[in-house]
Amino acid sequence: MKYYDRLSIELSRPGRKGFGLREAPAGALDCIPAYLRRESAPKLPELSEPDVVRHYTMLSQMNFGVDTGFYPLGSCTMKYNPKINEEAATALEGVHPLQKAHKGAAAVAEGLDKALAEITGMSHFTFQPCAGAHGELTGLMIIKEWHLRRGDTARTKVIVPDSAHGTNPASAAVCGFHVVEVKSTPEGLVDTEVLKSIVGPDVAAIMLTNPNTLGLFEKDIKEIASIVHDCGGLLYYDGANMNPLLGAVRPGDMGFDVMHLNLHKTFSTPHGGGGPGSGPVGVRKGLEEIADSVKVSGFHGNFGVMLRAYAYILSLGRENVPMAGRLATLAANYIKECLKDCYKLPIDTVCKHEFVFDGLLEPNGVSTLDVAKRLLDYGFHAPTIYFPLLFHQAIMIEPTETESLETLDAFIEVMRRIAEEAKEDPELLHTAPHNTPIGRPDETTAARNPILHW
Amino acid sequence: MSKIIEGLLYSESHEWVKLDGNVAIVGVTDFAQAEMGDITYVDFPAEEDEFKAGDEFGALESVKASSELYTPVSGRVIAINKDLEDAPEKINEDAFAAWIVKIEMSDKSELTNLLSAAAYSQIIN
Amino acid sequence: MPGFRYFPCTDGDISRMLDRIGAASLDALYSDVPSEYMRSGGYDLPSAMDEQQVREFFRDLASMDPKLKVLVGQGAYDHYTPSVIPYITSRSEFLTAYTPYQCEISQGTLRYIFEWQSLICELTGMDVSNASMYDGPTAAAEAMRMCVACTRKRNTVVAYSGLLPHVLEVLRTYAKYSGVNLVETWDIAETVAEGTLDLAGVIVPDINRYGVIESHKGLAELVHEMGGLLVEYCDPSALAVLKTPAEWGADIAVGDGQSLGIPLGYGGPYVGFMACKQEYMRKLPGRIVGQTTDAEGRRCFVLTLQAREQHIRRDKATSNICSNESLMALWCTVYLTLMGPDGLRRVNELSCAGAHRLHDALIATGLFEEAVEGPFLKEFVLRPLCEVEKLQKCLADAGYFAALETEEGYVTFCVTEKYDDAELDRVVAVIKEGLL
Repeated sequence: MKYYDRLSIELSRPGRKGFGLREAPAGALDCIPAYLRRESAPKLPELSEPDVVRHYTMLSQMNFGVDTGFYPLGSCTMKYNPKINEEAATALEGVHPLQKAHKGAAAVAEGLDKALAEITGMSHFTFQPCAGAHGELTGLMIIKEWHLRRGDTARTKVIVPDSAHGTNPASAAVCGFHVVEVKSTPEGLVDTEVLKSIVGPDVAAIMLTNPNTLGLFEKDIKEIASIVHDCGGLLYYDGANMNPLLGAVRPGDMGFDVMHLNLHKTFSTPHGGGGPGSGPVGVRKGLEEIADSVKVSGFHGNFGVMLRAYAYILSLGRENVPMAGRLATLAANYIKECLKDCYKLPIDTVCKHEFVFDGLLEPNGVSTLDVAKRLLDYGFHAPTIYFPLLFHQAIMIEPTETESLETLDAFIEVMRRIAEEAKEDPELLHTAPHNTPIGRPDETTAARNPILHW
Repeated sequence: MSKIIEGLLYSESHEWVKLDGNVAIVGVTDFAQAEMGDITYVDFPAEEDEFKAGDEFGALESVKASSELYTPVSGRVIAINKDLEDAPEKINEDAFAAWIVKIEMSDKSELTNLLSAAAYSQIIN
Repeated sequence: MPGFRYFPCTDGDISRMLDRIGAASLDALYSDVPSEYMRSGGYDLPSAMDEQQVREFFRDLASMDPKLKVLVGQGAYDHYTPSVIPYITSRSEFLTAYTPYQCEISQGTLRYIFEWQSLICELTGMDVSNASMYDGPTAAAEAMRMCVACTRKRNTVVAYSGLLPHVLEVLRTYAKYSGVNLVETWDIAETVAEGTLDLAGVIVPDINRYGVIESHKGLAELVHEMGGLLVEYCDPSALAVLKTPAEWGADIAVGDGQSLGIPLGYGGPYVGFMACKQEYMRKLPGRIVGQTTDAEGRRCFVLTLQAREQHIRRDKATSNICSNESLMALWCTVYLTLMGPDGLRRVNELSCAGAHRLHDALIATGLFEEAVEGPFLKEFVLRPLCEVEKLQKCLADAGYFAALETEEGYVTFCVTEKYDDAELDRVVAVIKEGLL
């Protein structure tokens, strides 16, 4: 990667043009009175087409994606994004969302709904939500509506484990619920005794990620489900960590009533630098009509992302779906076992698709941030760091099923080398990265004196 | 070792209180600023806002964290430290000089619930 | 196990890894899952398709319905897409990256988001833009919640009934479940001036659901006097020529970036934008990119003001939003960079000229009459004096999706630069032939 320091506006020259449109008739806008017109034209860049292509190509070369290299970002499931999915994504490119009775669109929605319902054990999915967090919010709206339709207005609380993704409490708050945090046991699981003490007629739901953000399966899930169901609450499944269960375990079978999937994680659609994703929400039998009644985005959700996910499921088919989750789990356990003599493993047990180290075993002043930055020098993306909040030096590693053993071994070797470097030359790590287009940025100044546009 | 000043009152949520007649001058402790790291923004209440002791009245932000501020006493905000709007780093430089709000107390008896310098020192050590 | 093309591990690799772990089988890695939950019977899914079959499946899917030319808007506009854009956005360094957490290897994403923020500020006249939202309607819903957050203790948001139907629907959903008192009205000034509401904000469109360009003269002053914020929902393409939200005195501008060259795609992915005045910056939801320098003084870009966000604030965050629609923001950024001020103006001129040509020709057929008054740009409604079903069918048979019926029984049309005079004349001829 090489440093390239231009913004499009800096390449702009008056009179250059990059568009190919016919001339407009003179006075075409005269029908719009002056008081409705802006005073001066917006200062958009003026570039030729080759200028534009080269500028964005140069920008792309300062970026790292799954196609560039290993991306073990915990809880993000950075698996390979198959290219046939991209072909599938353009199938309905010219179709207006208000075109009724569109057979192709209906076939996609029905086929994908059926497949996801089978994979998760739910009854029906709504595809309105555009992302995982959006799915959480939608799922909570469905839960709230269900309680309201039963005439139960007392359910104002949502229980969230302290290991939960930050979006869980945030979604609950946006949906007008009070958030009650339930602490984890020393083994990193939901404390069922504590749970029993906080459930009651004011609890609308519990939000669970299973496996949780430590990559641990909530083995008491049956008891958790009955504690919550017995008090009249519902179980919400945060599907961000669905990947290890793909083809192995179904949330519906575990007693979850409402869930979302991240099609951009478990179902291989590209993350696009932070979207577009898709967060379809599945519900158990009896909640289908409510799910379809909650309108949370403009039209039919991110249909292009649905097409990609559908292509992925059709490619895997019933023959290969059962391998996906198992291979992801295998890769995570393999890395964990190969590194736990250099990195602190606070909970040493079998993990699912991801696991969490709490920094180096012999830190010598080297922080998790230093390790993460040094990984960039070796051509790997860093794991998720400082999350979950249960450990101060959290390093959360999720390899996925689409990495070869050679890649995993190369990563392990580099992680071991970094552990050695920490002992011998900690300064090298404090000042990392050294081989990237830029070094560590001054984030404090960025936040104190924000410069947010040119 | 964090600095603690004798003669001030302290809350368990790391605010300090200096008395000026019926007015409580409130800031955060040196310990709190050190925990936060470089403070980038102070989220102030509005003047005239009224709070009960223990209410959240604002927040401090750093690059990667946010920490709520809780009022140690009940009352009405009569002033906020506008200097901190452009220079939140003053809290990092000297947390005991950089007061955040002044509160006209509605119940001075609440002061007995606060900690002495010695008691606060025990909490943070 | 037969190999599969997305799974690189061979049987030998799997054995080696299991040995290293000390597990007897893959299923032994699930020993913590109660056995009753392990799916033993397989899945009722279609059999795996090979790549050519997948390709043909979607090709067949695309040909299940006739391909129609689109002369309807209502929040999704059939503008032309420059050929450059999909090539840029499919570069896998952009496409297969995640949110730019590691800024040292994400300067590409961070720079284009900074450009997007700058372009949105130019179009709207606002001071601060975020990195994008899911779509226009959800951006409007976030703006509604932001009004409540900015005005503390106030909880009523007034929405103009002339907003696009899909925007109002999403506003209603968010208001219902997050506890905002949403009031819909055709007479904003009257509703607000009554002064009986704990007014947090007012949401109005630049162009209403009938395509009419709205005037907001004096509205910002009134809303501010009543203690609320003014939100304008805008068509960003039209902002090249229309008065900006900032010029009307709005505090927050939102809308859908789809009109900036994003294909219709049966409704998504699109991209919402959201911008505000400086004083409300800290309450703006979503990711925000800022400029700074690295240790060597090189200009660089980072995610900033993160203390507003869910991963730090959890239940106290400004919003639950985590991602944005980054790749679609790139789509619009490349579009605006190619079009420049002249190109975007040209889009509006051609659309406006075409829409008026079609409008006048349709009136002249005697099959329609004017339904609403006021200047329009590219979208308009007419009152049909003919049978709507028959009208729509004859258009569809000729390959056009047009004359969509509104709630009030009007028919709506929209013309973009994609349709030249000859095409529009053909549309009119089709209607005459079918109905006269």
